[in-house]
Amino acid sequence: MTGLLHSVTQFVATSWGVLEVLVAEGLPVTLAIMAGGSVVAVVAALAAGLGRVSRIRPWRWTSTIYVEAFRGTSALVQLFWFYFALPRLGVTLSAMTVGIVVLGLNTGSYGAEVVRGAIQAVPKGQWEAATALGFTRGQAMRRIVLPQAALRMIPPAGNLLIELLKNTALALTIGLTEITFRAQALRSETLDTAEIFTVALLLYFMLAQVVSFGMRRAERRLAVGRAGYPGGGGA
Amino acid sequence: MAWDWSYTWSILPTLLKGLVVTLEATFLGFAFALVVGMVWAVIRRGAPGPLRTAVVWLVEFIRSTPLLVQLFFIYYVLPQWGLVLSPLVAGVLGLGLHYSAYTAEVYRSGIDAVPKGQWDAATALGFGRLETFWRIVLPQAIPPTIPALGNRLIAIFKDSPLLAVITVTELLQQAKLLGAENFRYLEPLTLVGVIFLILSLISSRFVRWMEVWSEQAV
Repeated sequence: MTGLLHSVTQFVATSWGVLEVLVAEGLPVTLAIMAGGSVVAVVAALAAGLGRVSRIRPWRWTSTIYVEAFRGTSALVQLFWFYFALPRLGVTLSAMTVGIVVLGLNTGSYGAEVVRGAIQAVPKGQWEAATALGFTRGQAMRRIVLPQAALRMIPPAGNLLIELLKNTALALTIGLTEITFRAQALRSETLDTAEIFTVALLLYFMLAQVVSFGMRRAERRLAVGRAGYPGGGGA
Repeated sequence: MAWDWSYTWSILPTLLKGLVVTLEATFLGFAFALVVGMVWAVIRRGAPGPLRTAVVWLVEFIRSTPLLVQLFFIYYVLPQWGLVLSPLVAGVLGLGLHYSAYTAEVYRSGIDAVPKGQWDAATALGFGRLETFWRIVLPQAIPPTIPALGNRLIAIFKDSPLLAVITVTELLQQAKLLGAENFRYLEPLTLVGVIFLILSLISSRFVRWMEVWSEQAV
């Protein structure tokens, strides 16, 4: 019994030390990739999502090619291609740039479909009413359709941000010292393998909870004054 | 142009050998995910409170942590507890466990979509709860979820290159080895991308076709 208690105490003590290292030396890079990647993802998702429903052909085609190419291949393969193969074609990017841009574009390609779905889910009558009131197509999109579609985008966007968070771990393969990279390095230094990966998993889990908490708040805020949504007005 | 066609053709057979391992891992992982996901779904539906809560959290935990770290856990930690696994087996377990969290969700939506009246009718006919579940509810719940499960299969396929990190010589790892051997990464990595693109485009068209087909069948 005391033996068990002793090993539990030891496990907790070692884990605490591991947590300090991962938070101090890995977390900042993870957060940087996450922050940069989210910005890239949102911009790409809006550009390509609007492109997919656009009447301007080159925009629609480019968006389709982008979405199919990034959704059709694997995030890890994309990282490798941009980091190891692209220099051969004369374009050399830093690991951090590749991490942020590629993981952001990967998430954005899924986000584009979310944007497109949300826009198409807005009833046709809204477009017709806007046209009747003399709005141009662009004005109707910006001022009538997008604000309504935005609320629908939030829950799937939250899931995609968690996928992005999970994908930041892939950046270890191109040498970015994020949480998983630090965990791997620590494993070869100390061999406290069980503690290290347990702590790493818990850390990612907490980060994911923060993301979904933030998205739920964003949804409530956007829903203010809308009928049929929690936090919105009555029907 | 930096592209070398004769090199491209010379590495293709080796890459296809990697593709075989990729497909093996994908389908075995999928099979594992189908079974384990069903276990989660059944526990969520029928088990007593504490067990159900534990599984809800476990599934949430599996789904919101990186597959890569889970693979490291299986590959490096389990041997310390006496369970030594080959890289491929560890990879299949990791893929299967990770995606069981997603298949559980798919099953749940299928089960929830079966009308309450089916349960009532089965009870009225003297079926027990478990028997109702297996013989009445599940046969109706699963077919509509097949397209969604197909999408999970494609997702597993696209996540299978992560197995390269625990040294499984699947497609991406094979490309990396070829690249290192010849100091040329452009051709092997581009080929890997093209192979993934072709296979996932074909399979997502197929899933889309199944969706249309199952909507018409209803």
